[in-house]
Amino acid sequence: MKTRRDFIKISALGIGATAIAGGTARLAFGSSLFGGNSNEEEVLKQMPTYCEVCFWKCAGWAHVTGDGQIKKITGNYDDPQCNGRLCPRGTGGVGMFSDPDRLKKPLIRVGKAGSQTYREASWDEAFDYIASKMKDLKSKYGPESMALFYHGSSGNHFSHLMKAYGSTNHAAPSFAQCRGPRDVGLEATFGESVSSPEVTDIRDTRCLVLIGSHIGENMHNGQVQEMSEAIDKGAVIITVDPRLSTAASKSKFWLPIKPSTDIALLLAWIHVLIHEDLYNKDYVATYAEGFDQLKAHVSSFTPEWAYGITTLKPELIRETAREMANAAPSVIIHPGRHASWYGDDVQRTRAIGILNALLGSWGNRGGLFFKEGIKLPEFPHPEYPKPAWSWRDLLDGKYPLANEAVTNTVIEASYPKDGKEARIKGWLVSGTNLIAAIPMKQELEKAMQALELIVVVDTMPMEITSYADVVLPECTYLERYDDIRATSHREPTLSLRMPTVEPLYDSKPSWWMAKQLGEKLGLGAYFPYNDYAEVLDWQLKQVGTSLDEMKKIGVKKYTRKTSPYIEPGTIHHFKTASGKIQLYSHELAEAGFDAMPVYTPHPEPEEGFYRLIYGRAPMHTFSRTANNPNLVALMPENAIWINPQVAKLWGFKKDQYIWLKNQDGAVSTFPIKVRVTERIRWDSIYMVHGFGHHHKPLTFAYGRGVNDTELITKVMIDPTMGGTGMRGNFVTFLTEKLGKEASI
Amino acid sequence: MRYAMAIDTRKCVGCSDCVVACQTENNVPIGYCRDWVTESVDGTYPNVTIELRTERCNHCDNSPCVRCCPTGASHIVEGGIVLVTHHQCIGCGACIQSCPYDARYSHPDGYVDKCTFCIHRVTKGEKPACVSVCPTNCMYFGDLDDPNSEVSNVLKNRKFKALAPEAGTQPNIFYMV
Repeated sequence: MKTRRDFIKISALGIGATAIAGGTARLAFGSSLFGGNSNEEEVLKQMPTYCEVCFWKCAGWAHVTGDGQIKKITGNYDDPQCNGRLCPRGTGGVGMFSDPDRLKKPLIRVGKAGSQTYREASWDEAFDYIASKMKDLKSKYGPESMALFYHGSSGNHFSHLMKAYGSTNHAAPSFAQCRGPRDVGLEATFGESVSSPEVTDIRDTRCLVLIGSHIGENMHNGQVQEMSEAIDKGAVIITVDPRLSTAASKSKFWLPIKPSTDIALLLAWIHVLIHEDLYNKDYVATYAEGFDQLKAHVSSFTPEWAYGITTLKPELIRETAREMANAAPSVIIHPGRHASWYGDDVQRTRAIGILNALLGSWGNRGGLFFKEGIKLPEFPHPEYPKPAWSWRDLLDGKYPLANEAVTNTVIEASYPKDGKEARIKGWLVSGTNLIAAIPMKQELEKAMQALELIVVVDTMPMEITSYADVVLPECTYLERYDDIRATSHREPTLSLRMPTVEPLYDSKPSWWMAKQLGEKLGLGAYFPYNDYAEVLDWQLKQVGTSLDEMKKIGVKKYTRKTSPYIEPGTIHHFKTASGKIQLYSHELAEAGFDAMPVYTPHPEPEEGFYRLIYGRAPMHTFSRTANNPNLVALMPENAIWINPQVAKLWGFKKDQYIWLKNQDGAVSTFPIKVRVTERIRWDSIYMVHGFGHHHKPLTFAYGRGVNDTELITKVMIDPTMGGTGMRGNFVTFLTEKLGKEASI
Repeated sequence: MRYAMAIDTRKCVGCSDCVVACQTENNVPIGYCRDWVTESVDGTYPNVTIELRTERCNHCDNSPCVRCCPTGASHIVEGGIVLVTHHQCIGCGACIQSCPYDARYSHPDGYVDKCTFCIHRVTKGEKPACVSVCPTNCMYFGDLDDPNSEVSNVLKNRKFKALAPEAGTQPNIFYMV
């Protein structure tokens, strides 16, 4: 046993004396807010909110001091999404409020586009500027020329504004850059996806298979809690990962797969289930279509075939398939969330779906359950105008399975291309830092130079704000009303977010911005209220509660009317056209794609290059928390995971800083710290996404670590729905930025 | 009465929520902490194991920090909780040197600070902030003298260890492996 001096501490104390000392003066700000003796009794007022640090939206309470400061945030015990326990980001959400770098006043660009010089403006002036530009765009090109990019709760308010204005070109990176391939793949198989929070019945499962899901590092709170419960109950966990992820370290079986070969493993598992007669025959006969084609399709995909591709031993593939069959139907092959990897991601998710179908997990306890929610009626407003065209018209016949706007095509339509005029002329960007989210840097740059108007709404001066003509400072979730969170899951729930303190500085809620802008655009009829509280109270009264009641309880649960599982003696109709699970997909075949998943080899690194794998840390969300004082204390920068054999080859020492260069010659702006660890394969390197900010107003985050998106210049597009596969990039190491390259 | 904590390393994911919750609950200045998370890696790829542990003051029965304190600021109260009386502490740092767990730090206001097992919560019947927030529910807190307490019960059926037993401090935090 090692002594604790050898341990790598991953908390604040262990990050290294230099990092903490460097940040102390700056970080002392946060402490001064809550100075004083910890044990003195303070009278704190509790006010309900739901979290906006990530998309899980856990309900909690802000504990507010007499002088209007938020002391702490805790979970709401009535919320099934968190069960009273927030994650580190939710607990540290207070740092989003107290961050001294927040946007404070509306800003208008001075001088020509790209100059990045701004002056402070009044709200009225900022809205006048935007409204006059939007009117101008509408008269010149039609309202459809204005696009919305969004993430999170604020997007709803601007979506309403844009529909009233006449545009449905609303694109979220969460589709083409993230969960889109997963959702489309499952919809093609079951007629529906797993939604958010996912309908995975982890707490009651007997076998959880993680392939491309890193529960514990992705801090999807309810799932982390349920995985822990499953461990207590003795569930078998099987994790497929080129890296010993946290989840892999908790698993009975870890399959250290060669990256990019997951489909081969999935096909071999399907082969074993069918050819060893382990699949659920009754379920397949009742609910699935295309079994004979599937059986013929996988007949040659033996574990021995997969061994040569995945580097996983055939016996391990067989043994894990049998474990799944033993547990069936209480088994979950988890479809993950961020699924845009290699451009064949819909097909990989199809293979995951097919495995679940063969094991009979969808509709059974411990598998995937049927969700139920409560629908809040929409607050009455005039009918939206019908747009002349929408994002679908930008696809040019490509991506037939896309059922949400594809960000990349909206971006490509925002600059003149192939002699054609741009169809998109203005952007409103709410809550998404496109610079860190979109891997297609050149296209993004061209678009942002060509656009006639860019408006950015955010709480923080993220990179995207430096491209805006107008920046609107939004107050944080702790200072505003938003829509009621209406969750469909095991039980229907509602949750309230309300202002727990007055907004700091001159920041404002998005509902207010949308209304003000709407009025300036002559769309006041769509905003018939003075305060969003009126909308919420009206909606809540339609479902038997009220704003007053919700302010007291925060979360309201409703009783289910339907069973979460298939009841004995009943037949469930899946939401596909035929009502059955599509093992063989006619929809894909008719669109000209493989009807059943096929393994395709993907490019591999040249000598001296390593596959770039990126992921999550539990204390950070995307690039948005890298400046949060409470969270950077836990992890101020990312590090590059390098296998000790590789580090030895290159002569790298622990904590040394290096630069990275990818296969196309892109070099990281900043250096990254080397973490030598046995937890990673020798053909790959790993880093947490969301660091390497290059925007100086992010005074803490600036220059810390590497932004993986800078090194993702090769994108493999999924031809079915436009997802941007981002795992096909390879990096090598530089010991000095533009000087000599490191050599073996 | 003997307060103790049992921590299930099979469930801990190292998310450090315990660290943030402690900071906001106890006004710990950002950049400092009363609890932290360690990771130990054993083996070579692909035969690797890791252990994640949330660590803090062990509230030792035989506390070197209390013995070496020149002013009596470090002391033990009912239930075995080791505390520092801030206004009696002269910040000499002897206790920081004596602790085999690195559990104490110098507060910028001039005194030494550390985990109190959230005594202000525990005396009201609540759990320490770190225990109550943990998403994996991997921490158990209670009275080890009570054979029916949750902490006694979880330790009955599992293999566990304490840190640095060779230091002879008789720590009261146990890690289930």
